[in-house]
Amino acid sequence: MQITLADIKRGQQAIITDVSSIHIPLKLLEMGCLPGNLVELVQVAPFADPMYLNINGTHLAIRKETAIHILIDITNA
Amino acid sequence: MPKQINVALIGNPNTGKTSVFNALTGLNQKVGNYPGITVEKKEGVCKLPRGVKAHIIDLPGTYSLNASSLDENVVIELLLNKNDKDFPDVAVVVSDVENLKRNLLLYTQIKDLEIPTILAINMSDRMTYKGIQLDIPLLEKELNTKIALISTRKNKGIDQLKELMINFKELSTKPCVNASEIDTNYFDSLRNAFPNQLLYKLWLVITQDVNFGKTDRNEVDAINSFKTKSKADLKRLQQKETIKRYQFINNTLKKGQTIDLKSAKDLRIKLDRILTHKVWGYLIFFVILLTIFQAIYDWSSIPMDFIDSVFASFSEWTKNTLPQGAFTNLIAEGIIPGLGGIVIFIPQIAFLFLFIAVLEESGYMSRVVFLMDRIMRRFGLSGKSVVPLISGTACAIPAIMATRNIESWKERLITILVTPFTTCSARLPVYLIIIALVIPEGRFIGLSYQALTLMLLYLIGFGAAIFSAWLLNKMLKIKGKTFFVVEMPNYKLPLFKNVALTVIEKTKSFVFGAGKIILAISIILWFLASYGPGDEFNNAEDIVTTEYASKDLTAQELQQKIASHKLEHSFIGIAGHAIEPAIRPLGYDWKIGIAIVSSFAAREVFVGTLATIYSVGSDEEETIKNRMAGEVNPILGGPLFNFASGISLLLFYAFAMQCMSTLAIVKRETNSWKWPTLQLVGMSAFAYVVALIAFQVLK
Repeated sequence: MQITLADIKRGQQAIITDVSSIHIPLKLLEMGCLPGNLVELVQVAPFADPMYLNINGTHLAIRKETAIHILIDITNA
Repeated sequence: MPKQINVALIGNPNTGKTSVFNALTGLNQKVGNYPGITVEKKEGVCKLPRGVKAHIIDLPGTYSLNASSLDENVVIELLLNKNDKDFPDVAVVVSDVENLKRNLLLYTQIKDLEIPTILAINMSDRMTYKGIQLDIPLLEKELNTKIALISTRKNKGIDQLKELMINFKELSTKPCVNASEIDTNYFDSLRNAFPNQLLYKLWLVITQDVNFGKTDRNEVDAINSFKTKSKADLKRLQQKETIKRYQFINNTLKKGQTIDLKSAKDLRIKLDRILTHKVWGYLIFFVILLTIFQAIYDWSSIPMDFIDSVFASFSEWTKNTLPQGAFTNLIAEGIIPGLGGIVIFIPQIAFLFLFIAVLEESGYMSRVVFLMDRIMRRFGLSGKSVVPLISGTACAIPAIMATRNIESWKERLITILVTPFTTCSARLPVYLIIIALVIPEGRFIGLSYQALTLMLLYLIGFGAAIFSAWLLNKMLKIKGKTFFVVEMPNYKLPLFKNVALTVIEKTKSFVFGAGKIILAISIILWFLASYGPGDEFNNAEDIVTTEYASKDLTAQELQQKIASHKLEHSFIGIAGHAIEPAIRPLGYDWKIGIAIVSSFAAREVFVGTLATIYSVGSDEEETIKNRMAGEVNPILGGPLFNFASGISLLLFYAFAMQCMSTLAIVKRETNSWKWPTLQLVGMSAFAYVVALIAFQVLK
């Protein structure tokens, strides 16, 4: 099974491997959510949603329904 | 050298673009609307050296030239339309030194439009703190431009920026990235079809659904017919374009920027551990909310009382000084109280915007959006709906205007529709007088019943908003992408100048925007209350004088009786009588009917109308209260204002849509009569039913 950004735990770092350009708003891609970029989970709101992420130096919050369309490789467990 | 040049300020949100605008223009700015749409247009004038003036237009913050909201449409619409009178001679892209990489994306896109572009790197004072070093000459060469390193906080670099603006003709208009490489065949065929057009402009027009200005309309239609690729293909190409731009940016920054990670201390993460914490985060938010409420009700009551008394004595003075007649009455009883009704809200609105501006400027508001999103989403709202719902406690008008940054149309529409349920300040005078009348004095664990009732009414307002949002979410069948992306900016100490300018600007827009409507309605109400058909109205003086001839009334008392008689038979009075059968089951008589009819324009009119109808000289609450307490229910006997009818009236005012100005704003923001009509009918019907049940159960 492939790991998506929705599965990332706090303190873990990951590399984005693929994004589904149909499900992800272009705006998010433009903010740096692109394959090859580093992503880290900073904080989660109660009920684990939305997620507060640091993607490529940009700090932003997205909903889990968006995060499941972003594939990642976890680089530190 | 022209004496006036057009400058457009463009940049990502949270880059301090507004600070740059404020630093350049100071108080020489004005806010308007773009023709035909509701997006705010900020313009200002900046004096450049050598007698040149710059007309500066502050464009809405945007991450790229691919628009996803009305605000962002404005940016590309202007940049693509050379015939627009605001078309910039030079574009200034404002960027934040810490997010240079992301900000340069927008920069390279604007460069591709071949507009002379200056890169202004803001917040340069944070460079050492963050361990960032920039090789400016190298970056200028790679990016084909001139760079101004500025700090609005330390007031540095602004003069250099002005100097660059004057010399805009020396800037290169060569693009940075060759976007056509993402699909050579497609772009070649585009070039052949439209040989006279800028290729990147064509690409932008093809890839988005923008309302272009009339000037380019025909051209755009021709281009639209050239959409040979499917939407998904186009989106994939846009993604390719974005990757390509980032490749260029990464290469450039590798050479021109060094970041020493060891010296980067991230305050943001540390503060966020607390401020977005599952428990502490909510607790802090709650304390901030309480402070805001305290300010709005407690601190602003002093200036409000002062304004109230000034307008009352001014009205009195006018009546005594000017020659008697209809015109004097119009001024003294229509226009001055109308103006007073607007001015009295200034302290509350100013306090509210002061807090909101500080919270926005500091970066805290994004954290609230983050904390509340999940909870609000259950009811079909967005985390971003929190701001309008809080603002609604002062006034629904600015609150509804604050929904503009919600991306999803459904979430935004629901927020607009439910915001008027939150207890706005205009309900307060009505609540206070009725509570004083029907809720007994006494205490429950140290809290007075009356204060508890007031608090309960606020909670009911919020509850109604949330409940109706949930209902609308189930009922409204609006499809559309509902995505949610919020940037969590760095925390910043708000700049006094920015906060002050925001407060002044928003208050001004309330006074002149909503003010016009409130004033117009006050005049109409005055007219309807001052004129009536038939002898009962026209011969009121004779009738009343004859009726009370035997009784020993002072001249003043007689005047008040006449005024009261006139009001009863005026147009409004007739309407009040007419609706009496409908409101009797709620426990009201025709006098309350008149007050309800007149307060459909604006709730706070209620108290003033009762003052006239009970022929009380002034709208002194104590006197009105005594009169109201003495009223007898014509059908049931006993006091008219008892517990049952009082609660019924409170609930009616809590739910009914009695504010023309709000309806006008909703019409403007939704661009249709459908939604304000739905609001008026739906809320009023709900109010009626609830009030009816309350009275019938309690009586």
